[in-house]
Amino acid sequence: MEYFLELFLGGLTRGSIYALIALGYTMVYGIIQLINFAHGEIYMIGAFTALIIASVLTVAGFNQIAIILIAAMVAIIYSSAYGYTVEKIAYKPLRHAPRLSALISAIGMSLFLQNYVLLAQTSDFLPFPSLIPEFEFIKPYSHIIRSSEIVIFIVTAIVMVLLTFLIKFTKIGKAMRATAQDREMAMLTGVDVNRVISVTFIVGSGTAAIGGVLIASHIGQINFYIGFLAGLKAFIAAVLGGIGSIPGAVLGSLILGCTESFFTGYVSSDYEDVFAFLFLVTVLIFRPAGILGRSDTEKV
Amino acid sequence: MKKHLGSLFINAITFIAVTFLVGTFFYSCTAQDEPAADKTAKVLEPIRIGVAGSHSGDLASFGIPAKRAAELVVAKRNAMAGINGRKIELVVEDDVCKPEIATNTATKLVTDKVHVVLGHICSGATKAALGIYKAENIVVMSPSATNPALTQSGDYPNFFRTIASDDEQARLEVDFALNTLKLKKIAVLHDKGDYGKGLAEYAKSFLEDDPRAQLVLYEGITPGAVDYSAVVQKIKRSRAQAVIFGGYHPEASKIITQMRKRGMKTIFISDDGVKDDTFIKVAGKYAEGAYATGPQDTSSNPLTIEATQAHKERYGEDFGAFFLNSYSATLALINALEKSCSTDYDDIVNALRTEYVATPVGIIRFDERGDAIGVGFSVYQVINGVYVEVK
Repeated sequence: MEYFLELFLGGLTRGSIYALIALGYTMVYGIIQLINFAHGEIYMIGAFTALIIASVLTVAGFNQIAIILIAAMVAIIYSSAYGYTVEKIAYKPLRHAPRLSALISAIGMSLFLQNYVLLAQTSDFLPFPSLIPEFEFIKPYSHIIRSSEIVIFIVTAIVMVLLTFLIKFTKIGKAMRATAQDREMAMLTGVDVNRVISVTFIVGSGTAAIGGVLIASHIGQINFYIGFLAGLKAFIAAVLGGIGSIPGAVLGSLILGCTESFFTGYVSSDYEDVFAFLFLVTVLIFRPAGILGRSDTEKV
Repeated sequence: MKKHLGSLFINAITFIAVTFLVGTFFYSCTAQDEPAADKTAKVLEPIRIGVAGSHSGDLASFGIPAKRAAELVVAKRNAMAGINGRKIELVVEDDVCKPEIATNTATKLVTDKVHVVLGHICSGATKAALGIYKAENIVVMSPSATNPALTQSGDYPNFFRTIASDDEQARLEVDFALNTLKLKKIAVLHDKGDYGKGLAEYAKSFLEDDPRAQLVLYEGITPGAVDYSAVVQKIKRSRAQAVIFGGYHPEASKIITQMRKRGMKTIFISDDGVKDDTFIKVAGKYAEGAYATGPQDTSSNPLTIEATQAHKERYGEDFGAFFLNSYSATLALINALEKSCSTDYDDIVNALRTEYVATPVGIIRFDERGDAIGVGFSVYQVINGVYVEVK
C-alpha cells in the first residue's frame, strides 16, 4: 500500500510539472489554433534565469524564501518577455498564412532558442540549488513525500484556479474566450485581438517559467535540452486532456504522470514511453477530442 | 634518445629537401622504388588525421579532452619532424555523440581524405560510423568507445581502441561489489543505449552466474526524462544493497540525487561514463561515496607527467575524461604511420599489431581484435568531492 502511495505521489508530481507546461500549450492552441513548439524552450529559459538569479542572490546573502520568490519572479518576467517576443517575431507575421507555415516557424523558434542557450550558456549539465526548503513537519514522511513535491502540487493547483478565474471572470478573459470562438467577429465587436494574443502568450510563458523553477529545484540539474522532452510530454498531456481546455490540460497531465509512474513501478521502465503513447492512442480512439475536449467547435 | 636524434636529423634534411628539391636521403622510408622528384612532391603532402567526437552537446566533456590531446601531440610532432618528414594535419569534426550525426561526420572525414581517424567518443556513435570507414579502408582508433561488440564481433577489423572494453569493466564492478564490499542483493540499471545497456547486460550475466549474488532488479530508464522517482521507488522496494548503473553522468547524477534525497543509502556503482568531474559537480554532496570504474591511474608514468604538463601549459587547467587515452591513441597512430612508412591500410594495421609504443596508459600494442594489450580499469570512489582510486 505504501508502495502504491509512493508511486501515486511520484506520478502526481510528474503530472503537475507536465500540467504547468501543458497550460501554456492549451491556452495558445485554444486562441489561435497554433501548437507553440517553442513552449518547452520557454520553460527551459525560465529555469536558466532562475539559476542565474539564485546564484547571484545566494552570493549576496539573501535568505532562502527571498531567493526563491525573487528568482521565480524574475524568471516569470523574463520568460514572459521571451514568449511575447517569440509571438511578435515568429507567429504574428504568419497569422494569415496557412497553419503549416506557423507550425514550421514554431519548430524553427524552438531549435533557435535551444541553440541560443547552448551557445550563450553551456552544453554541460549545471547543478541547480534546492530552492524549496525542507519543511520540518514533513520530515517523518520524507520517505514517501518530499516538501518540494507538496509545493509543486499546491502551486499547480493555485495556478490552475487563478487561470480559470482569469478566463471566466475578468474582462481580458472574456476577450480571450471571444477570440477563441471567432476571431473576426471579436475584432468587429471591438476586441483588440493582438493584445489578447499577446496576453495569452505572456500568461502561458509565465506558467511555464514557474514549472521550470519548480522542477529544476526538485531535480537539481538543468541543461539547454530539458525543454524538449518535457515540452513533448506536456503537449501529449494537453492533447490527452483535450487541447484548448484548461482543466483538461491539468487532468491529462496528472493522468499521464500517474500512468507512467504506475507502469514503471509495477511493470517496467523500459517501455515507459511506449506505454504512455499506447495509452494516448487508446484514449484518442474513443474520445478523438481528448478527455475533456469538445468536438463541436467547428464553426458553420 | 636515438629516436629523438633521428627525428632531428629528418627535420634538418626535410628542410634541405624542400629548399633544394633534392630528394634521395630519407633513410627510413623513402629509399624505395619511386623516382626522386615524385617522392619529394609526395613528402610535402601532409598526413591527415581525422578527429571525431562530441565537441559540443551535453557529452562534450568527453570529446573535448580527446581533441585537445590530439592537438597537443600533433603540435609537438609537427614542431619536430611530423611523420617521416610529412607534417600532420588534423581534421576535426563534431558528432555530438549521436549515431545519426556520426554517420555524417564519418562521410565528411572520408570525403576530406583522412588517412586515419581518432574517434569516435561514444560507443553508439562509433558503431554507426565504423561501417563507413571500413568501406574506405580507414583505420579508426577510439580513446573511449568501450562497447565489447565493437572488437569482439569481428565486424570491424579497422577498429582499435586504447581503453579496455565494457565486459572487463562490468567484471570489475561485479567483483568489487561481491568480493570487496561483500554485497548480495544488487540492482542493475541502464540507459538503454549501446554503451550503458551493453555494460549492464554483462553485469547482469556475471551476477546471474555467481551463486553469492542475487539480481533483484534489472531495468532500463529513459535518458532525459523529467524525473526518475518511480524507478527510485522500485529500487527501494527491491531492497537492493547496491545499484550498478550502466550509462552516462547526467542520468547517474539525477538517480543518485533522488535516492539520497529520499534518505536511501543504497551503494551506487557505475562506469567510466560517470567517472567524470561533471557528475560530482552536478550531484554535489549527493555524489559522495559513489563508486565508478575508470581507466587505471597512471599518474606516475613519465609520459603521463609530460602530457599533464603540456595540457596545463596550454589550457591552464587539469585535463578531463579520456585525455590520456586519446593522447595514447594519437601516439599509437603516429607510431604506426611512422614505423610502417606508409598510409596503406594493411601496413598501418600490421604496425599497430606488431609495434609496441610507449604511451601514458602504458607500453601497448593491439591484439587481433583491436583491443589494446596493457590497459586496464580501476575502481574509484568520490571522497570529499574528488574521485580517489580504491586500493
